Parts: sequence; structure tokens; C-alpha cells
Amino acid sequence: MLRYALQRFLSLILSLAVSSLVIFLVIEVAPGDPASYMLGINAQPETVAALRAELGLDVPKIERYFAWVGGMLTGDFGLSYTYRTPVAEMIADRLWVSLPLAIYALALSTLIAFPAGVYAASRRGRTGDIAVIGATQLGVAVPNFWFAMMLVLVFAINLRWFSAGGFPGWDAGFFGAMKALTLPAISLALPQAAILTRVMRSSLLDILGEDFLRTARAKGLTERQALWSHALRNALIPVLTIIGLQFSFLLAGGIIIEQVFFLPGLGRLVFQSITQRDLIVVESVVMLLVFSVILVNFLVDLAYAAVDPRLRSR
Amino acid sequence: MNLLTIRDLNLSIHGAPILRDVSLNVAPGEIVAVTGESGSGKTLTALSVTRLLPRGTDLSGTVQLGETDIVGASDAELCGVRGSDVGMVFQEPMTALNPVRTIGDQVAETVLVHSNASRAEAMEEARRILERVGLPSDRFPLSLYPHELSGGQRQRVVIAIAIILRPKLLIADEPTTALDVTIQAQILDLLRELVREFGMGLMIITHDLAVVANLADRIYVMRSGEVVEHGETDHLLANHKHPYTRILFEASRHQVHLPPRPAPSPLLEVRGVARRYKLPKTRLFAPAAEVEAVRDVSFTLERGERLGLVGESGCGKSTLTRAILGLEEVQGGEIMLGGEPVFTDHNPNLAVRRRMQVVFQDPFGSFNPRHRVDRLITEPYYLLDDPPKGAGRAEAIAESLTAVGLSPDDGRRYIHEFSGGQRQRIAIARALIIKPELILFDEAVSALDVSVRAQILELLADLCRTYALSYLFISHDLSVVRSVTDRTLVMEAGRIVESGPTAEVFDNPQHPYTKRLIASVPRIPDLQIMREVSPNA
Amino acid sequence: MRAFGSASLSLLVGGALSAVFVLVALMSFLWTPFDVETLDIANRMKPPGDAHLLGTDHFGRDILSMIMVGARTSIAVALIAVGIGMAIGVPLGLTAAAQKGGMIDEVISRGNDLVFAFPSLVIAILITAVFGASAVNAIIAIGIFNIPVFARITRGGALSLWKREFILAARVAGKSRARISVEHILPNVLNLLIVQGTIQFSLGILAEAGLSYVGLGAQPPTPSWGRMLADAQTMVSLAPHLALIPGLTIVLMVLGLNLLGDGLRDLLDPRIRTARQ
Repeated sequence: MLRYALQRFLSLILSLAVSSLVIFLVIEVAPGDPASYMLGINAQPETVAALRAELGLDVPKIERYFAWVGGMLTGDFGLSYTYRTPVAEMIADRLWVSLPLAIYALALSTLIAFPAGVYAASRRGRTGDIAVIGATQLGVAVPNFWFAMMLVLVFAINLRWFSAGGFPGWDAGFFGAMKALTLPAISLALPQAAILTRVMRSSLLDILGEDFLRTARAKGLTERQALWSHALRNALIPVLTIIGLQFSFLLAGGIIIEQVFFLPGLGRLVFQSITQRDLIVVESVVMLLVFSVILVNFLVDLAYAAVDPRLRSR
Repeated sequence: MNLLTIRDLNLSIHGAPILRDVSLNVAPGEIVAVTGESGSGKTLTALSVTRLLPRGTDLSGTVQLGETDIVGASDAELCGVRGSDVGMVFQEPMTALNPVRTIGDQVAETVLVHSNASRAEAMEEARRILERVGLPSDRFPLSLYPHELSGGQRQRVVIAIAIILRPKLLIADEPTTALDVTIQAQILDLLRELVREFGMGLMIITHDLAVVANLADRIYVMRSGEVVEHGETDHLLANHKHPYTRILFEASRHQVHLPPRPAPSPLLEVRGVARRYKLPKTRLFAPAAEVEAVRDVSFTLERGERLGLVGESGCGKSTLTRAILGLEEVQGGEIMLGGEPVFTDHNPNLAVRRRMQVVFQDPFGSFNPRHRVDRLITEPYYLLDDPPKGAGRAEAIAESLTAVGLSPDDGRRYIHEFSGGQRQRIAIARALIIKPELILFDEAVSALDVSVRAQILELLADLCRTYALSYLFISHDLSVVRSVTDRTLVMEAGRIVESGPTAEVFDNPQHPYTKRLIASVPRIPDLQIMREVSPNA
Repeated sequence: MRAFGSASLSLLVGGALSAVFVLVALMSFLWTPFDVETLDIANRMKPPGDAHLLGTDHFGRDILSMIMVGARTSIAVALIAVGIGMAIGVPLGLTAAAQKGGMIDEVISRGNDLVFAFPSLVIAILITAVFGASAVNAIIAIGIFNIPVFARITRGGALSLWKREFILAARVAGKSRARISVEHILPNVLNLLIVQGTIQFSLGILAEAGLSYVGLGAQPPTPSWGRMLADAQTMVSLAPHLALIPGLTIVLMVLGLNLLGDGLRDLLDPRIRTARQ
């Protein structure tokens, strides 16, 4: 178990190292010098040089890479080219919108998909199953940002149950904030729930065809008992993989949904930074997103071991 | 009073009739065998007793188990019967247990489903029954997971699950088919003891007539969904009436007559061959452990000789086969064919490779499903510098297809149009097409039904007469090796432990392992009457 | 029998829907009801009606014509991205499987894991930050994301084939691993690739729409479904059809491709086919 965890951890570190290098190199090939861009074409060479020194652009690339990585490890993401404020602070503010949104959506998606998948699998081939399959077929075809627009049209503009966008902040109270995140979370979660339901269903059906389910039935377990006590835990292994993938998708997908609802999250920050060529912010946000994907995959790997004793004994 | 009575059982799946008017009964304490080749309906007959049938199955007739009318029973009644009145053991122990739950948990579950016993009581019961089936808890704690046990041990767990509530009837569906022969003997002994001890009825489903002959009180022979003959074992062995029963028995004890072989001159020489594999690392910083699959193996196969290699799974015979074929390099020793090494400078020697061919076990996996037979069997031409083309190629295809008993026109067909036995013929045609000096038969008849197997072995003897074949016949099936080889090598744990003329090795084994192996093989009693009945013997 | 009926139904419906969109996209090269670049402010935001079948947008452009030309963009981006994914992913997957457990396999597998950590949106953000937004960048971003998908599916399919005896037979016939990969493995994983190709195609349509919506995809004046939705957003309460029509178009196209993929999988999977016989 420990060996397995350690192995996964080493792989996590390696992935982080390589992906940070990739991101750094991509941003480095960006044409144009941030300092000259910020000061405009009429700037004096001395002013540009001074700004370059201030931004730390005058040292060799390799040193800058290590400074960047070292900074991130201590929570220092550098200064925004545009606003001259610490990037870490800018990101932290936005993260308090994006992260709760992703978690909220993941919770919704899982809460919908588990019962729906189990229900469909237990009624294979019957009307209930066909209805669920039809719904998921539609669910995976709907672009989430369009679905979000439709939710706004119905629930905000026509019914006026929710506001059409914006975020009151967590200071305005937990429920007010959660309410503002509800439509965005639903629009993110439903298409994902459709995928997860399908995976849950097919994974359960695969397991239901296994020999050990027949052994369980031969003991005198009913179909339902066999499903709950033998099939579910085995079916969880592929489902965990998808949940892991979905979290990263929800975090990234949130960037688009934030645009629909005018939420002050990472998405707004990153698009703003792209327009202003505030590359250090883009670089840090991307690194953060990639870090979260890698971290979640690591956690999923550990969850495997909790579910599957064959991994534990390695 | 019968324990189980099946009368006029008809079964269809999605409207297609599978079983026709099957009648069968089992008395308490009786061992009844149901036998037949694949597709005979023997497994579905067994599953009907608990109605654990595939979807879309339609059942009619009578299945009476004790007081319960199975055909008319509700789902709840059936769940009450399963595990409690009737236990089941299945063929594949590797997949019959839930991989994520402990063995104690899975055995105790049967108790928990059918009684109000507490978990602790159920676990105690599980501990006792596991001990009874040969898994004492000091060596096999209840907290083990299935993957920590071998196939034979897992089958013991499955048996424990089935008998923990002392059912009146135990149904075992090919319980030993997936196991090695020495393990098979142990499991059959265990079943026999349990029947005697608990007074259970045992219904055993098997394709293996030798298993049947040694174990069962009565035998039912099935073909295409019908019972063709049944009777007391001794009686049936001696005077079966139905022609199919006779075909089955003759095929099972089939002996072919090989032509005499020419004067010895070495063809394949294996000298001190060793092959090690690295195991997956278990400790982070320690070097990976190694397993010695083949250790210091030496033997010579003479030109025209038919050599057998027997051993149980994991003994290293597959590794040795791959090494001889030049698919894997060995780490010690050398393998020479006609004086030339199979491997030179870490590369397979193509000049040597074109002089041997191989026939594999799986008649369904041995061919690319997307190619026609003519393209499939000419694949070895790739080894030749100047393979025949046009008319020459067509002639060669026709010749090898004819040699294995097929028609030249079969070359235009796809592999899925052929049966298992025909596919094995095609595999032999592929091996013959470049007229190799040596053919390796790697479990080449193990996947076939007995009647088909007998035909393929007969074909082999014919080919020996026409082509003066030299071959190495690798198999776990001792009776087959006995039939088609001149000399036999016995392999255990990577070593050759015994070798000698086949008849001598089988009749007078010297090494303890060989003795154990041969003693484990179930045999059909050699009844004089049978010889008189059978005109060919 | 019933299962067979429903499989061919999804094949039929999916195939028909997909074919309609491809035809519409091709037709837009020759003819559209109106010119998509002509602005007609007098006729802006007209609801669906006689003159304009699907109405007009805030510049008075004909929506049907924009949908037709937009199909061109969507299909081109998604199709080329699938092409990139296959052209690079399939050889990588075949190589990894042929050298299973070796250095190359390890490097390819690690590389796959790494690319998986970059969702296509993140790749698009990076590329756009550096080179600016364009349809080509959307293609590259979605294409890069497709590479590990195809590499994995090829490797997985190939690995199970390498264990089959007909591959061993080919090796006994002296064929090299590369030759076996092309001659025996590739034809037998083709079904998998076709099915996955349809799925990635539909995901590509969705991704392209998303990228265009946030301005990382096709730039004006090239019409694209995602940007039509972005333009519609502020006017959704005044003219809901501006958002409804492009949205439903995307749903239908993706639904059609997914049904086609499901139908193809059932048709091509020999396991299901024999089970039905």
C-alpha cells in the first residue's frame, strides 16, 4: 500500500515538473516583450530595460524557470504585469468562486448519476432503462454554456427565481452565494451527470455479467442484494476514473460558464489577462488548473487502492 | 424417494429450443454425472435446477427438488432454496469469487442470507467449513482476498460457500476443468468425501468421461439438448447401446498407430537452456526478484521422432516453446536446429526459423479474422526468399488443404465459417505449407471436444505416414501425449525431471513427480467387454 | 432481435442527421439563402418567418445562412482535429503496444498522461495567449487533446491483440513487429478507431462551439455557431430565437454523431454481433 502510494506520489511530482516546464516554455516563445508592450511603442530603451529588470525578465531563462517554480512552491506567483499586484492574491480571490463552483457541480453530478445509473442497470432493457439512456443521450449532446443560457432565460428572466448573473461574494452570506452559484453549477453538472450515468450503468452491467455474481445468486441472494453487496463496489473502479476526469473538466468548463453568468472567477481573470497580455497571470492560472488535474488524478489513484485489495497488496 | 426429479424438461432461449424432454433424477447420497460435448445442453440442465438461467429463457416441464416445484416457484422461494437446499460449484475458480471481498466474508454470507445468525457466528461457521475443505485458518486466514489464493484453493472456497449450509444437493459444473491434473484429483477426492460425510446428492457436469467413470454412480449422456442414454456407471461402460455413447467412449480412449520412425540423427538440440524473468518489484529500492521459468534444460529431438513434453501450468513448457521458436532469447545454453543456432547475435536466425512451424491451442484465436484461408495458410511463405507465386502457390495451397482433409476451395473462405476442429486442420495446413523439418504442437488438441480430438490425432498419424514428420508435442493432457509420441519428457518447475520412451515413462515412472502426475490422471476402466463390443479395437 | 432493431435505428437516425449536416455544410459553398456578410440593419432581429426562414440577427443577417456556413466551420475544425489525433495518436499507440513494457512504451504512456492533464480549453488558452485567437488555434488545441485519446484506445486494443495466437503465428513466420502492427493489428483495431473517431468528432463540435463562444475560436467575420450564441447572449430576453436556433443545431449535430457512433459500435463489434446470431 505504502509502496503504491509512494509510487503514485513520485509520478505526481514528475508530472508537475514536466508540465510546469511545458507551460513555461510555451509562454516563453510568446512573440513580443511584455515590458515594451506595457510601455507602448514610444518608450525609451532605458525605461524598458528598467522595467525588464523590475519584472525579472533580464536574467537567463533557466534561472527564471527555477525562480518561477520556487516562487510557486512558497506561494509567490510574482507580480501582475498589468496591475503590479501579487498574482497569488488575484488568483486566490477568483479561486473562491471557481473552486466552490466545481465542487458544487461535481456533487450535483455524482448525486444525480449514481442513483440514475444504478436504477437503469437494475432495470436493463425495460422502459425505465430506455428512458434514462434517452435522457443521457440528450444530456451529452447539449453544450453546457448554451444550457446555461436557457436556464437563465427560464429561471432568471421569465420566472425570476434566480438572478441572471453576478456574485454577491461569500461575505454576503453562505446561502446567497450558493444561490448565485446554483444555476451555473446545474448547467455544468447536468451534461457531466449524463456521462457519469452512462459509465455507472455500463460498468454495473459489465460486473453483473461476471461469474462471481452468479456465485452470489447461487448463495440465495436476490438480484437486488447481489447488486448492492457485490456489484457496486467493483463497478466503482471505472466510475472513479471518470469522476477524477470530470473534476478537472468542471474546473476548466467553469471558465466558460463563468462568462455566461458574469461570475468573477478564474475564467474572467484569464480572458482579461489574455487581452492585456498579462502573460504571467495566464501562466499561473494554467499551471494551477493543470496542478489540480494532476492532484485529483493522484487522489483517484489512492481511492482505487481503497476499493481494490489487489492494489493494496502491491 | 428422489431428491431431485427432472421430467420432460424443455428449455428455449429467445424462442430457440435448447433442451428437449430431458428427464433425470438424483437420489440422496448419490453421485450423478451429466456428460456430453460442448453444446449438448448439460450446463443449462444443471442451471435449470436453481433457475439461474440467462435472460430470455423459457422453461417448461417438471423440476422437483425435495418439496419444491422449481419451475413454478416464485423468485423469493427460489432464493430460499439456493444456497440452502442446493449448492453450486462452477468451472472457473479464478472469476467465481468477488475480488474486493475477503474469503471469510464471502463464505459467511451464505449463512447470513439464510439464517438469523450473528456476523460473528457466521464467521465462526465459515472458519470451520474452510478448515473442512482443506483451508485451515492458521495458514489461510479468513481475511485473505481471492487474489492471494491459487486456482485450486479458490475452488475450495467456492465449495465451502456451496456446502456451508449442508445442502441436500450439490451441483458442480465442470468443477475441475480449469485445474491442473494433480489439483483435479484432490478436488474430486474432496467432493467424494463430502458427499459421503454429508449424505448429499451430487450432480456433476463434465465433458471428461474419465472423471465420470471414476466418480459417478450413474451417468447421463447428452447430445444436442437430449439425454441419449443413461444408466449405472459400470453397466453403461460395459454395454452402452446408443451409437453416440460409443463414439464418445471410443474417442476418449482413442489410440492412434504411429508409423515406425527412421534411424536416429539429431534434429533439434537443446543444451543447458535457462530463462529467467524479472518479477514486478515489490519493494521500492530492493532489486526486482526473478523467477527461473526454465532451468538447465537439455534434450535432443531426433529426425523423424515424435517427442512429447508434459507438465502442469507454470512448469515452464510455454517459455521453452517460445525459446525454441526463436521468439524469445534464452539467457543460458543454446538451441540448435540441424546444427544451426536458433538465435545468432541476439537476433532470431531466419534461416533456422523457416525450418520449423507451430500449431497453437486456441482454434479461435489462431487466425486473423480479416484474412481468407489461402492468405492465412501462406503466411509462413514470408520466411522464404523465393516463395511460390501464381499457379505454384495455388497448387501448394490445394496440397496442404487436401492433406489435412479439407477441400482446395476452402481457401477462398473466411475463418469464421469453420468449426473448431476444421480450424485446427487449417492451423496444421499452415504449418505444413513450407514443408518444415520440425513442427511444434502447443496444446494443439486441448481445446477440442473428444470426438473431434480423436479425428485430429488420427490426422496427425496419417501425416506422419505421408510426410515423415518430426514434432514436439507439448501438452498437459497425458493421455494424448501417450497416444501420439515415441518419447516423453516430463517437466516440473522449469526442469526436465524424467525422460524416456513414452510407454516406459507411463507404465513405469521413476521420478516421484511423474508418479504423482500419472496417478492423478483419471482413467476409464479398461473393461474387456468394451473391446469385444467395439469392432475397431 | 429487438436489440438489433434499436441498433440499426440509432445507426439510421444518427447517420441521417450527420449526413444532413455534412450536406448542408457542402451546399453552403455553392448557395445560401442570403449572403452572410451583408448587413441589413432595417431587418434586424426578425423572428422566423417567410422572408427569413429562421429569422435574422442583430445585424439583420439571415440566420439560416449563418447556420449553414457555421456548419462548415464546425465540421472542418472537428474533422481536422480528429485527423490530427489519429495521424499522431494511432502510430504512437501501435508503437507503444508493440514495445510493451519497454522504454518507448513508458515514454509514450507518460506523455499521454501528461497531455491528459491539459484540457483542450487550457491548451487553447495557452496557444491564444501566445499567438492570438483563430480557428486554426482551435483546431490545434482540440487536435492535441485528441492525440492521447487515440493513442490510448489504439494501445489498449493492440495489447489484447498481441496476446492472440495469430500474432504469435505471424512472429513465427518471421515478420517484424512493425510489419505485424500494420498488417495484423491495425486492421483489427480499425473498428475501435472508427467508433472513437465519431465520438471525438462530436466532442470536437462541442469544444469548437465552446471556444468560439469565449472568443478563442473562429474570428469574425467567419460565422460559427459558438459565436452566434455569444452574440445572442445579451439579447436573449428580446429575441430568444437567436440563442435557441444555434443551440438546437449543435444539439442535433452532436446527437446525430453520438447515435451514429453507438450504431457503428453495435454494428462493428463482433462480440455483440455473434451474441445476436
